[in-house]
Amino acid sequence: MIAQNFEYTVATSLAEAVNLLQKHGGRAKILAGGHSLIPMMKLRLATPEALIDIGRIPELSYVRQDGDMVCIGALATHHVVETSGVVMRHCQALADGAGLIGDIQVRNKGTIGGSIAHADPAADYPASILAFDATIVTLGPKGERLIPASKFFVDMLTTALEANEIVREIQIPVQSGKTGSAYLKMAQKASGFAICGAAAVVELDGSGAMAKVAIGITGVGNRAFRATEAEKALKGQKPTTDLLKRACEKASSGVIALEDIHASADYRLDLARIFARRAVEAAIERA
Amino acid sequence: MHVKININGKLYEKDVEPRLLLAHFIRDVAGLTGTHIGCETSICGACTVLSNGLAVKSCTMFAVQADGADLVTIEGMAKDGQLHPLQESFWEEHGLQCGYCTPGMIMCSHQLLSRNESPSEAEIREALDGNLCRCTGYQNIVKAVQSAAGKLKRTTKVAAGD
Repeated sequence: MIAQNFEYTVATSLAEAVNLLQKHGGRAKILAGGHSLIPMMKLRLATPEALIDIGRIPELSYVRQDGDMVCIGALATHHVVETSGVVMRHCQALADGAGLIGDIQVRNKGTIGGSIAHADPAADYPASILAFDATIVTLGPKGERLIPASKFFVDMLTTALEANEIVREIQIPVQSGKTGSAYLKMAQKASGFAICGAAAVVELDGSGAMAKVAIGITGVGNRAFRATEAEKALKGQKPTTDLLKRACEKASSGVIALEDIHASADYRLDLARIFARRAVEAAIERA
Repeated sequence: MHVKININGKLYEKDVEPRLLLAHFIRDVAGLTGTHIGCETSICGACTVLSNGLAVKSCTMFAVQADGADLVTIEGMAKDGQLHPLQESFWEEHGLQCGYCTPGMIMCSHQLLSRNESPSEAEIREALDGNLCRCTGYQNIVKAVQSAAGKLKRTTKVAAGD
């Protein structure tokens, strides 16, 4: 399978990449790890006239703690995210998700910035990005922009990124208090993509009640979403088996689910309820 | 675009179309046909090579992305006519039947053992998740990786004077 030919340019900085995007007027694509884009190009589902390779820009694959923020450079590969001590310490659910993406070879090349900019409805990161209330830092012709996770994923393969904007960094607030997080998924056997994935972030107070609960779900709908009804039913309560089960029954309420040969819509909605509960349980265990 | 890629210590250079896949550069330009192309959809792992020390699927990279990179393919594993412990173990443990997946299996196992010198069976199976064997010879592939891990550890100890 051979992609349609294209012009190839190596960008030496993100600002240069933004200029090149403008020059091509929406007919160019950014190439980072290429593990979403290249398969699409080989199938000719994507036929960009130019690729701007940002994969060689130095100093964009970092993971570091900056005060009360975990900052992850757009070019951090899934392997880097999966094995980062900072991520494991402060946002375990994100490391869980990174480690479940594809296989070793895919995790060696695929990047967090590329994955979220691609916004595959079955990608793993969006569930955690939403649950952690992350901020996406982008660079465009007008400079930097901070986009809250809740505004970033718009629809299937569609984000809040403007045509000439590039993801620069993902910022995740360091969780306070007694907090735990986890991400679990039901993967499609061959591709490893999520049929349903759920991330939960839970903070327990001194009495053992859930002071904060956030649940992000991916793979089920057109885009990842927060299970707000379930979160409301859990917040302020002490976790009991019965409460978790009842509350997570609401995890997919109001969601229009995807349907394909791997899973019916009803099955996906049911998986969302079950995986939301399991993710909350796992997060509480880690808190 | 003119690309220069170092493969197994030898420099190969050519003007190529940007759309040329790395797997095709390795096979057709460098003539190293040990790297196999199975599915061409990033699933099967037969085309796995090491690029700057990282196992990658060479069907999911353009050759231009590897300009200036150091690659190791299956042909680069044996040194001075001596098989690499992984190759030796695949032979001894019957880790192959038709052999089509073997180069990818070995390159990916190499990555695993460079990160984890004593992987458990579960860890080996997880690490080879991206490599398919249509002969379904997984049992012996896992045994081969376990055997190679043992050999490599012994070699390291000898080298360290233990």
